[in-house]
Amino acid sequence: MADEIATEEATEEASTETRQTLEIQPSSTPTESLDNLVVRFAGDSGDGMQLAGNRFTDASALFGNDLATLPSFPAEIRAPAGTLPGVSSFQVQIADYDILTAGDQPDCLVAMNPAALMKNLKDLRPGGTLIVNTDTFDERNLDKAGYETNPLDDDSLDGYKVIKAPMDELTKEAVKDTGVSGRNVLRSKNFFALGLMAWLFHRPTEPTTEWVRKKFASKPEVANANIESFKAGYNFGITTEATRTTFEVKPAALPPGTYTNINGNTALAWGLIAASRKSGLPLFYGTYPITPASDILHELSRRKNFGVRTFQAEDEIAGVGSTIGAAFAGNLAVTGSSGPGIALKSEAISLAFMLELPMIVINVQRGGPSTGLPTKPEQSDLLFSLYGRHGESPLPVLSIASPSEAFMMAIEAVRIAVKYMTPVILLSDNYVANGSEPWKLPDVDEIAEIPVEFAKYPNGPDGTFLPYMRNIDTFARPWAIPGTPGLEHRIGGLEKEAISGNVSYDPANHQLMTDTRAWKVANIANDIPLLEVDGDEDADILVLGWGSTFGSIRAAARRARQSGIPVATAHLNYLNPLPKNLGEVLRSHDKVLIPELNTGQLLKVIRAEFLLDAVGLNKVSGEPFRVTEISEKISEMAQ
Amino acid sequence: MTAPSYTRKDFQTDQEVRWCPGCGDYTILASVQQFLAGLGRSREEFVFISGIGCSSRFPYYMNTYGMHSIHGRAPAIASGVAATRPDLSVWVITGDGDGLSIGGNHLIHALRRNVNLKILLFNNQIYGLTKGQYSPTSEVGKSTKSSPFGSIDYPFNPVSLALGAEASFVARTVDMDRNHTQMVLKSAYEHKGAAFVEIYQNCNVFNDKAFIQVTGKEERVHNRVDLEQGKPVVFDEGAKAVVMRGGEAVVVDSSSVDPKAILVHDETRENPSVAYALSRLSHGPYGPTPLGIFRRVARSTYDAEINAQMEGARNDMGDGDVSQLIRSHGTWEVKGPSPNGG
Repeated sequence: MADEIATEEATEEASTETRQTLEIQPSSTPTESLDNLVVRFAGDSGDGMQLAGNRFTDASALFGNDLATLPSFPAEIRAPAGTLPGVSSFQVQIADYDILTAGDQPDCLVAMNPAALMKNLKDLRPGGTLIVNTDTFDERNLDKAGYETNPLDDDSLDGYKVIKAPMDELTKEAVKDTGVSGRNVLRSKNFFALGLMAWLFHRPTEPTTEWVRKKFASKPEVANANIESFKAGYNFGITTEATRTTFEVKPAALPPGTYTNINGNTALAWGLIAASRKSGLPLFYGTYPITPASDILHELSRRKNFGVRTFQAEDEIAGVGSTIGAAFAGNLAVTGSSGPGIALKSEAISLAFMLELPMIVINVQRGGPSTGLPTKPEQSDLLFSLYGRHGESPLPVLSIASPSEAFMMAIEAVRIAVKYMTPVILLSDNYVANGSEPWKLPDVDEIAEIPVEFAKYPNGPDGTFLPYMRNIDTFARPWAIPGTPGLEHRIGGLEKEAISGNVSYDPANHQLMTDTRAWKVANIANDIPLLEVDGDEDADILVLGWGSTFGSIRAAARRARQSGIPVATAHLNYLNPLPKNLGEVLRSHDKVLIPELNTGQLLKVIRAEFLLDAVGLNKVSGEPFRVTEISEKISEMAQ
Repeated sequence: MTAPSYTRKDFQTDQEVRWCPGCGDYTILASVQQFLAGLGRSREEFVFISGIGCSSRFPYYMNTYGMHSIHGRAPAIASGVAATRPDLSVWVITGDGDGLSIGGNHLIHALRRNVNLKILLFNNQIYGLTKGQYSPTSEVGKSTKSSPFGSIDYPFNPVSLALGAEASFVARTVDMDRNHTQMVLKSAYEHKGAAFVEIYQNCNVFNDKAFIQVTGKEERVHNRVDLEQGKPVVFDEGAKAVVMRGGEAVVVDSSSVDPKAILVHDETRENPSVAYALSRLSHGPYGPTPLGIFRRVARSTYDAEINAQMEGARNDMGDGDVSQLIRSHGTWEVKGPSPNGG
């Protein structure tokens, strides 16, 4: 596979007279092979760390590593420069085997300023590599970061391999002939850091230079500045022999296929588009901008050639309202938001439930309550998704475990919504939404069609149409869209008479309709996969999870097994209805551990549903689980 | 296909109409049904969407497609229908509480976007279904169940509000006058884009005779100002006229001004200033109050804009292909067992 990827020679070949040639010298520094590596780029939110991290990731993806990323950025667009709240970071783990998380501890940290160092050094593995931009370590920045003395001058960094690079000066020098000036000069310094990292970890350079040329095609001077800066960083490694060894991570043994690197929001948007094609329903996305869901809107709004209509509504309620209208009119209707926005949509979602119209409600969860931690992951909207509506209004609730899974889960949510004529809640979270991983691309032709049949003919006596006459198997009512002759009918939020759909205040009818709606949703349990158990099926301990904790749980179980503790894991994609065999799975193990990024919400559901003494491992720090946190808990339970 | 031939009865449903006897809603329902029957357009192409309130029961009585939704949200829900189905005629039924209080935000945004909706706002200046609290159009000082010392809220003028919200069609009519109502409905129906129609509607239970100034046999002669396209704005049997002075619409004795100075009504004026000035002649039906079409200007509709963008994208990029889409961020191949054994 190594011959498939871009090499330095390829770079030379691809260069033309009009392009900047990347003159990279062969390095004489010895190379050590690693099976995995965790790096973190940290700097001011204006330093371009997300971009640097993403470029490093894409280069690694194209090189064939398995990987997982964890971006972390402040909620403020530009917090005051040089301060701790302004620090933005991007962590990626790359490996030559199938990894599950972005890693607990970085092996290498890039700190672009004292604040980034102050905030991130505690996470760096002892003995790890630290790359610092020495030019920012002046009195003012040290003071802002809370340093009394300069850590570059004292012994506080003695436990690490430190590479000191005057990045500001060297970037200025590198870009001086490119035509950029003023504030733009130093904007290329993230590429200097990236170049140095590319040297240190033997990353292919072509994907980065190609990307820069494409991205800044209309601003050649900026493209040149970034490439020159990247080159300067790379060559700085060589000429200063910045470390005694460089490192490489070989391509991973992933199953054969075509791969791309994908984040959860993009995969979700693409899944909706695929569902639109598979169902033949035009896609309508009615929404209001909110972190971290907005990227779904951004992605879909670019895809008008797929017949996608996006509606940026005046508020969250109009977002879901327009979606209800679009569903009534016969579209694949989707709304998306995060916790605070879903709260505003709650009344309308109950209406959609009452109307029994198919639609998808995406909740990309973030830290709450209220504005909470808008850019951090949390799984604290589970109970809200299950129960956060007035009246008796159970909805199917599905959840996404990893970025690449978002594609198929979006399609699955649509399948359920249109088959059962019901809104479906699809849960993602900030970690799934913004984290990325390699995704083995499916064969689109192999994905099952989603059958949709609009009502065409009257279904009642004497040519009448009965909008609540149900399908005998699914209990779904017919989907009769405006424009269909003879099927004119009215629906509404008032309780309806069974079958006719006329307004009814009859006591027995309300009981019947409430039970019917609940039964319809509960019956979906017969149409979803059984819960699969991974690992040691006979183990005493089962770790049960849902959502983005998937990677941490699987990695922790792997680690526990390596230390001799048998452990089984199971992950719920369907939170309502629950898989039919869940009770059986739970009772096959003596102990059940449920790690969640909340204070114990699935735990409450499991205890209530199965009268089972499950144990919670809970965390709401705005960070994902470290693998060690879960593996230590497993060890403790094994005692 | 020949146009279907309907009577008013074809637009009635088998549901018992449950408004209070004597309610103005009955008259409006009859006007709308009669008007639609006369159009000869297929019944299945009409959609009526309402919010919550007395007026919002309307769709249940219309033998078309319909939805009785939630309080204030009808314009948003209807936007989802109209934005995706240009083949339909989509109507919003709302009231002064539903459309101007809880749903005010949706109303103004539907108007500015020029979503192809016909919005009928039944203004009775009171909350009826909750049994008589003051509404956003109730006059200051109104004594109601929730304002026993008199309302201290300054009311909206719905026509002024719609004009301020960039509405491309704004009109006012009154329940009792079925001919006038149908004339306005026709114009609204033919308008491409959002058409806002305020309908003065008498609530004989909680706010009887609120519009007596424009409906009463004695009073209307002096107070009803009929706006007619291309005609001078005169009323009170020609005795009074409206002129523009210093940017304001002012009522004068016709005999006191040069006839050429009398404002000639032009609903198609691009600039809404004169229409706005006319809407300020009265702040509610007290004294001379204009009825008719204040504004009717051509502007591209929301659905047309969306469809133009989709068509443009298809022309430029070709019809989307999901297989290509999921490969658009760059891919790599993994072939067979990996070099390090896997």
